[in-house]
Amino acid sequence: MDRAVRFVLLALGDRPYASKKSLISIDANTLAWWILVIATGLGWWLGQTDQLSSQGASQGVALATAGVVIVAFIKVWIVAFQFMELRHAPRWLRHAFDAWIVVVCIALLVLLLR
Amino acid sequence: MPDGIAETSVGAGTAVASSPTSAETPPQREHIPGEVGIWLFVAGDLIVFAVFFIVIALGHVQQPEVFAQARASLDMWVGVLNTLLLLTGSWFVAMGVDKCRGTGRSVASHYFSLAILCGVAFAANKTFEWGDKISAGLSPATNDFYMYFFIFTGIHLFHVLVGIGVLLLVRSVSRRPVLTQRDIATMESGATFWHLVDLLWIVLFALFYLL
Repeated sequence: MDRAVRFVLLALGDRPYASKKSLISIDANTLAWWILVIATGLGWWLGQTDQLSSQGASQGVALATAGVVIVAFIKVWIVAFQFMELRHAPRWLRHAFDAWIVVVCIALLVLLLR
Repeated sequence: MPDGIAETSVGAGTAVASSPTSAETPPQREHIPGEVGIWLFVAGDLIVFAVFFIVIALGHVQQPEVFAQARASLDMWVGVLNTLLLLTGSWFVAMGVDKCRGTGRSVASHYFSLAILCGVAFAANKTFEWGDKISAGLSPATNDFYMYFFIFTGIHLFHVLVGIGVLLLVRSVSRRPVLTQRDIATMESGATFWHLVDLLWIVLFALFYLL
């Protein structure tokens, strides 16, 4: 979450983000790549459905399914916002893309979790 | 940023160690990357793929056992590797476009070359995966999961191959001695298409390999 907040702040500010530990500056594209790779790992982990089995079999599967879909669409949003440069695009274009993400994500969740 | 630093460190993460004094000029606010036509194409493709995603999800709901069993027979590492290849390719393309708009233009075409390499590796890995499945007796006729898998990842692979061609064009534009606004718009359009290919794979990967 902290990373996501930093990323959004960075993107809004359009400035290189200087890591406190290494003092090596890292630009928004590279930060986005790191978040996407970590999110891929998280999706992979969630994909092993028994990971959440302590919640009870069916609940665990439902949680994992929701997690996989939501993580995927967060990744989609990052690709669109940072790599496709929607952060610089007019609001109508950004909002149209956001609407697609939200509608498709909710439609998949409703279908898969009902 | 001294250009020499970027030139000596292409491909390494440090290539992006630009300082705030960089002369690179990020696009202004309220800028539509590329030409409007590419966004019409993106919109059309997003609608078509949204239907594909819904069809796959319906398959999961209607035939849970068939889909769970078939999904377990996929090689997870192939999907993960392909995801990482496209994410990294997108990063190279985004960096290449940034370099073309700024002071690092001499190295921009290397970024596009590396992105093309990621695309070729994706196609090779996908071909290997398909060959492996077909030789194991799994085909589009096996069940609905494998029918969707071959058709939708096939359509996506076609996008990747077109994307490789687009990136070859973008790379040749990036090598022109002088870049006009139109050249930049052409490159941004090509980059937008490549990122679309990445974005669509992210959802296909989740629906086929992770559910």
